[in-house]
Amino acid sequence: METYDLSQNHIVTPPEEIALSTNQLQVYYGSGSRASMTDASLSFPRFQITALIGASGSGKSTYLRSLNRMNDRIARIEGEIMYRGTNINSPKVNVYEVRKHIGMVFQKPNPFAKSISENITFALKAAGITNRQELNERVETSLKEAALWNEVKDDLNKSALALSGGQQQRLCIARALAMKPDILLLDEPASALDPISTTKLEVTLKELTKNYTIIIVTHNMQQASRISAYTAFFHLGHVIEYDQTEKIFQTPEIQATHDYVTGNFG
Amino acid sequence: MTPNQTDRIATQVINFLVLIVVLILFFLLGDIILSGFPHISWHFLTSPSSSFSAGGGIRDQLFNSLYLLVLTLIISFPLALGSAIYLSEYAGNNWRTGLIRTAIEVLSSLPSVVVGLFGYLLFVIEFHMGFSILSGAIALTFFNLPLLVRSIEGSLHAVPDSQREAGISLGLSNWRTIRGIILPAALPGILTGIILSAGRVFGEAAALIYTAGQSAPILNYSNWNPTDSSSFLNPMRPAETLAVHIWKVNTEGVTPDAVSISAGASAVLIIVILLFNFGARAIGNHMYKKMTGGK
Ligand SMILES: Nc1ncnc2c1ncn2[C@@H]1O[C@H](COP(=O)(O)OP(=O)(O)OP(=O)(O)O)[C@@H](O)[C@H]1O
Ligand SMILES: [Mg+2]
Repeated sequence: METYDLSQNHIVTPPEEIALSTNQLQVYYGSGSRASMTDASLSFPRFQITALIGASGSGKSTYLRSLNRMNDRIARIEGEIMYRGTNINSPKVNVYEVRKHIGMVFQKPNPFAKSISENITFALKAAGITNRQELNERVETSLKEAALWNEVKDDLNKSALALSGGQQQRLCIARALAMKPDILLLDEPASALDPISTTKLEVTLKELTKNYTIIIVTHNMQQASRISAYTAFFHLGHVIEYDQTEKIFQTPEIQATHDYVTGNFG
Repeated sequence: MTPNQTDRIATQVINFLVLIVVLILFFLLGDIILSGFPHISWHFLTSPSSSFSAGGGIRDQLFNSLYLLVLTLIISFPLALGSAIYLSEYAGNNWRTGLIRTAIEVLSSLPSVVVGLFGYLLFVIEFHMGFSILSGAIALTFFNLPLLVRSIEGSLHAVPDSQREAGISLGLSNWRTIRGIILPAALPGILTGIILSAGRVFGEAAALIYTAGQSAPILNYSNWNPTDSSSFLNPMRPAETLAVHIWKVNTEGVTPDAVSISAGASAVLIIVILLFNFGARAIGNHMYKKMTGGK
């Protein structure tokens, strides 16, 4: 693979209102001293989709999972994650609250081995919502938001594992949305889906930007350019370039970005 | 030889080996069940054993075996569940868990006679518990614990990590995720493990001879007071189980029909254990279907 100068980068700060930002974020896995993520400083605009792209192993998941402290158990994370004026990377912060505000959807659909409605209500009940009507209402709203309602409204008591992969993924999105988060993190949510399900998912995500800030990891560049407003390019644990999506795909500033988006990488 | 030929020969050898195993099993089971079946009757199952005259049954032994099994599970299941959750969900891979795993390994390979004698010295004599169902249940717990811990840990381990991540990402605590998501998903496997270990406990004799004892006092099945010495529920009474009965009838039995009692009791024992096994399979399948299937 061609070696690029990793210190060369181009990172903009979006002029829009910022929902979440990181400052010099470093991630060390295990007890190692080698950073898997170095000095990542990015700001994510509110009610927009931001895409994270980059080759396999470049640190996209590492970065994304650090944002809602999912890496707590396996990694040491330095630097700041600013959310509503608070550094949520502080050990004093209640991580369970953080995760309720910053939801996550994973690469492989991971519905619980429960019914469709229980998949959604389980965490709600754990969070103290017991009113039957409110629970039903949240199930319906979130399934509608995730564009799954019409397909499952008669089977809410059916096992979620009997759904197709694409439906399961949308259920996982509904499950995350039901917690009424502010920000939704998605790690390659469409990688296990066929083109039709993928399109449906993209439409859903665009629709969701009315109320949610979305950060999505994707290997699919068409997808990134179709749905995102901003794109960050990761390489070997560094953020190389961050700008408006159009800019990244048409007139990137850095050679590495250019090579990656044109497919001449490595 | 072409790869095709080697493959064919290998397949044939493997099939042959499997056939031998299956034949041995069927021969054993067939022999025990066929020779014992004619002696099983309603009378045999529902009358108490007799020491000298012919015509004794196995009612009390059968009940003792089941009661002992239940007590053993009541003691060992919570311990095993806790340890398995600790090992699979909380403990990492370090010297401490290594030590625990080795301890479990050693425990499961102890000869049952040794465990029986240990139980005799410690519980029966030292703790003055006498020959009792409780002493027997504790001794059996020593066997059951490693089996159960390992099977429960295996079932928990088989639940994919993505389920844990899903729970955590929704703001659930670790414990809530384990209790509400991981344990239910592992339940079919856990139940199967319990039932299979129950089969093993049910057939155990050596560890019980010196702990639960070899005598079967006449039981009063209408006395529901567990503290009364004649009550069938009293855990402090000596209790000869089915497996121990078979052993005893064969070694020192003086009844004229000792051979047929032993054959009948063996068949009953095997049939119950087979039922456990089929039951484990059926329950596991049923629950798996219920969780993944259409309805
Ligand atoms: N749990 C972990 N423990 C140790 N190292 C890890 C762990 N997860 C990821 N890494 C390392 O961190 C680096 C970045 O991995 P990461 O999963 O973030 O890449 P990615 O950009 O998401 O790749 P992909 O596109 O394949 O998902 C890799 O070198 C990887 O080996
Ligand atoms: Mg990844």
